[in-house]
Amino acid sequence: MGIIDIIGPTMIGPSSSHTAGAARLGRFARLILGQKPQRVDIVLRGSFAHTGTGHGTDLALIAGCLGLLPDDPGIVKADQLAEENGLVYSITAQDEYRYHPNEADLLIEGKDEKIKIVGTSVGGGRIRIRELAAYKIDLSGDYPTLLASYRDRPGVVAKVTALLAEEKINIAQMNVARERRGGGALLVAEMDSTVSEELARRLAADLDWVRIIPALED
Amino acid sequence: MAQGLEAFLREAQEKNLPFSELMLAKEAEETGLQPEEIKEKLVQRLEVMRQARQDGLTRSLTSRSGLVNGAAFTYARAQKRVLGGPFSEVVATALAVAEENACMGKIVAAPTAGSCGILPAVLLPMAEVHGFTDEDLVKGLLTAGGIGLAIENLATLSGAEGGCQAECGSASAMAAGALVELMGGDLGQIASAVAFALKNVLGLVCDPVEGLVEVPCIKRNVLGAVNALAAAEMALAGLETIISVDEVIKTMGQVGRAMPESLRETSQGGLAATYRKLKQNRTANS
Repeated sequence: MGIIDIIGPTMIGPSSSHTAGAARLGRFARLILGQKPQRVDIVLRGSFAHTGTGHGTDLALIAGCLGLLPDDPGIVKADQLAEENGLVYSITAQDEYRYHPNEADLLIEGKDEKIKIVGTSVGGGRIRIRELAAYKIDLSGDYPTLLASYRDRPGVVAKVTALLAEEKINIAQMNVARERRGGGALLVAEMDSTVSEELARRLAADLDWVRIIPALED
Repeated sequence: MAQGLEAFLREAQEKNLPFSELMLAKEAEETGLQPEEIKEKLVQRLEVMRQARQDGLTRSLTSRSGLVNGAAFTYARAQKRVLGGPFSEVVATALAVAEENACMGKIVAAPTAGSCGILPAVLLPMAEVHGFTDEDLVKGLLTAGGIGLAIENLATLSGAEGGCQAECGSASAMAAGALVELMGGDLGQIASAVAFALKNVLGLVCDPVEGLVEVPCIKRNVLGAVNALAAAEMALAGLETIISVDEVIKTMGQVGRAMPESLRETSQGGLAATYRKLKQNRTANS
């Protein structure tokens, strides 16, 4: 935390957690999807469900899915922008939450992919992705992020880290989760620098699905 | 930079630097950015503050909840004034920026979105009165940021943790200290101004009606701005805080932790609870 964080961020009001954080959550979902979303089904939970409308949480999430940043005045008319950009959405609300009082489920769908995430907004616009598909994860979006899914087997982590080491990429945090032994698995790494396209291709050659996501802007 | 305000002030004293310069150097070290880049970012934030002030005063805003309804617009056009002049400019600016925030306008969270009206309300009208340049105002933001950082380190800036005293109270302290530096006050006077501003709002609860940053938050931005002016003027006159500024900041944190959760941004107590009860009675009677 520094001066720039204290005198900032610049954002569309009214709430860093319920508006700015929600916009970042939507944007992260779009980046994970990796293509233009055509449909998103949102479940607002906890405080998002109770005070989300007054805070524009619904608009901010949709705006994020459209790729808008938290300081984009377009957030206010995100519903209209969604229509112009062919994004169909639904928003429902539920009292219960699992990880944090400011929580949302996003089922986001593009031309040929569909992904479900559970995200939380933990204060000051900071977010955490807590579930991706069937996997429990913990991602902040503050770092360049590598997501990779594959069939659970020995040697995958070693291979991925060796490839990252080739480009002298330092891993800040890394986590592996799997459905069951030998089942689907997901590797999540937050890195100090991002991966080149060439390396991304080499990573993808051995894995079922790879996504490289830049650090989220404030 | 996990230090209290007194350590920052001592360091400034030893290096014979204005507080804002020390904070600029520290920020450059911390982020790896050039000082000019940091200043440029702050100039942009200043612009956002100016625009929010102007927008908030020229359009009559209504929030999505309907609880906010053009207060800044109405106030700015009123004829009857108690003090008028710069005082009314300060009140109008606090209302305008805080209303912009409530109505999904663009603001700078400084330190939070809920308290975003206070720094602009102090800095912008005072620049007009005293002729501060943008370069001066950037210094003010650096000083304000350093004070905010010290409060974050020793206590909290979050309403959920410390109530409104932690948000509007901190913003008020930040504005008071910044103003003292811009008015040529010394480091000790910055410390006293921060201490006065915080002491005056100790115990202020966070009880947002309907969970929204509207009632009573917008007028509490006015409180924070006016309080900052008084704290700065007292410090510049040479009044000194009896309890050291770091101890005052820590006390704010302790008071925050001692507050029941119902008064820390949960909308379960205070005016939020009162409003809910009144609304239920109205529904029952209609």
